[in-house]
Amino acid sequence: MSARTLSAPPIGQRRKIGDTGDKIFAALCIGSGGFVLVLLGAIIVTLFIGGLPAFERFGVEFIWGTTWNPVEGREEFGAGVSILGTVVSSLLAIIFAVPVAFGIAFFLTELAPGWLKRPIGTAIELLAAVPSIIYGMWGLFIVVPFVQKNIQLAFGEQLASIPLIGFLFDSTNFAGTSLFSASIVLAIMILPFIAATMRDVFEQVPPVYKESAYGLGATRWEVMTGVVIPYTRVSVVGGVMLGLGRALGETMAVTFVIGNANRIAHSLFDSTTTIASVIAMEFPESLAGSLQQSALFALGFLLFVISFIVLAVSRWLLRPRLK
Amino acid sequence: MNRRSLLALAASGVAAPALLRPAFAQQVQITGAGATFPRPLYDRWSAAARDAIGVSLNYQSIGSGGGINQIAARTVDFGASDAPLTTAQLTERNLLQFPTVMGSVVLSVNIPGVADNALRLTPELIIEIFFGRVQFWNDPRIVELNRELRLPRLPVSVGYRADGSGTTWVWTTYLSRISEEWRNGPGAGTSVRWPFGNGARGNEGVSNIIRNTPGAIGYIENAYAVVNRMITTQIRNKAGQFVRPVPETFNATAAAADWTAPNFAPDTIDLALPNVWPATSPTYILLPTNPVADRVAGSRNTMRFFDWAFRNGSQIASSLEYIPLPTSAHNLIRAAWARSVRDPSGNPIWTGPTT
Repeated sequence: MSARTLSAPPIGQRRKIGDTGDKIFAALCIGSGGFVLVLLGAIIVTLFIGGLPAFERFGVEFIWGTTWNPVEGREEFGAGVSILGTVVSSLLAIIFAVPVAFGIAFFLTELAPGWLKRPIGTAIELLAAVPSIIYGMWGLFIVVPFVQKNIQLAFGEQLASIPLIGFLFDSTNFAGTSLFSASIVLAIMILPFIAATMRDVFEQVPPVYKESAYGLGATRWEVMTGVVIPYTRVSVVGGVMLGLGRALGETMAVTFVIGNANRIAHSLFDSTTTIASVIAMEFPESLAGSLQQSALFALGFLLFVISFIVLAVSRWLLRPRLK
Repeated sequence: MNRRSLLALAASGVAAPALLRPAFAQQVQITGAGATFPRPLYDRWSAAARDAIGVSLNYQSIGSGGGINQIAARTVDFGASDAPLTTAQLTERNLLQFPTVMGSVVLSVNIPGVADNALRLTPELIIEIFFGRVQFWNDPRIVELNRELRLPRLPVSVGYRADGSGTTWVWTTYLSRISEEWRNGPGAGTSVRWPFGNGARGNEGVSNIIRNTPGAIGYIENAYAVVNRMITTQIRNKAGQFVRPVPETFNATAAAADWTAPNFAPDTIDLALPNVWPATSPTYILLPTNPVADRVAGSRNTMRFFDWAFRNGSQIASSLEYIPLPTSAHNLIRAAWARSVRDPSGNPIWTGPTT
């Protein structure tokens, strides 16, 4: 190699080139960041404008109205049933999924032998990669008949006769497609997200903290509840919220198993519907410019708002601890 | 013979078959969008018409509502809808509506030990079932009608289409005809407020509910029921006869329909005639009456396509379990083409035969 190629180019020239590149790069970055904001705003505005005729016609009552009647000449739309179905099915899914996810994360970070960690971790990540329609098919062909035959027909009457909470299981719907089946499928769908997040954040706890606790004579469980969880609380709630966000907007898997009935579920085994299901089912047949289509846009807008509220509330709850 | 003349000979040999079959020279494509119910038929007709008259059809089964939206925006040559449009809706969008074939909606059940077309149901019982007021299959009202069947004490589950569909329109129209309570309650439409039961997407979704749930009952397209060997039922029609969902009773409905009705929308549901299946209805094509200049050819080819299908496609339709229209209806439709569909300079686009 000759000495000539090693000599640095003149400083002034290099700065000039670097300056232009920096400006272009900065502009691109600002543009990308701004584009996301504009896109988000545009989606909200589009949904709101699309839903405006429905909001004008039904007012605020649209939000809790429980009538959804697309029959021509007697149109009346209310989002109450689908909002309730969306929120309840997602919350139930969280209730089912979080304990299992915690168990998986606890096992992987504290208990599992080294050779087992990797296969189980990979399996969980693969679960997250399964398309939702596959979960829907699996739910329809496996979960629904199981719920129907082995839970509802087998124990339905006994469960319904439990005092105080019996009404939760008392249903005349024996098809198996129900709020309960939907929650189970949703729980399994969001499990990998929550478990993977929990495992990652548990692993980020500095070993010195845990070792100190062990040094003081703490048991594994005490280390988990006294050191790991307080240290990672924010991220754990973040993982749960990630799962909740996915559960709220899940469409196809839920549509397959929830029964798509625009009626309030009085029991876990009743069929009901979710916002995403109603939109997926009715949008293709709705006429452009009709009140029905407008009501579907309004539903989409409300789903957007609900997701926003969920994230905002979680942030607000965590606010004092973030600092 | 030199090389040049050999080449010329070979070229003419290649060209000759093409000259004999001019259809290949003017291979054209028309586009349509709409109802999912007739898609298998239109696809088969398209394949056959491409070979016969050089017109192939690109049909997108996006649903009747989508088809109406697309043809209103004139992005396709024709739209397709299962439920007929009203005169006001057609006038507003400048559309001509004509039927192609008919389809039937049947009831399918899953009751262990009950064979195909064995269970008999009356309109009153069907209404009670769809309102959720029959709890078990061994209800005395059902047993009384079906003395020879052994009906188990299974809970009755109703399955319905949750997506908007022409099948639902036909079935709810039937339910509205047979019951004032249904007419004033859920009513008739492509999707309604079901008082009871579980919704699923498409005929396959409802069939799944029926197959997976002992004690389930639901309504599906006859074509789908036949192909998938679903267990269907008899229904008592308005004339008081128990009829089976078989081609004879469907064809009786097609023959009895009054095809001179406005917009080719005869009332074919719950006819008070012997031997007719009560839930049979045509599926429709929506054709612009005032196509813009560059869509005139598409409009003409659409009419050529359906003219060919009416003359030669009935066999295909029957083999796919659709019900062909009578020839008298075909002639009325051709007359309507000649009368209603005009190019921008006001001349009729359909100049073919009207009989």
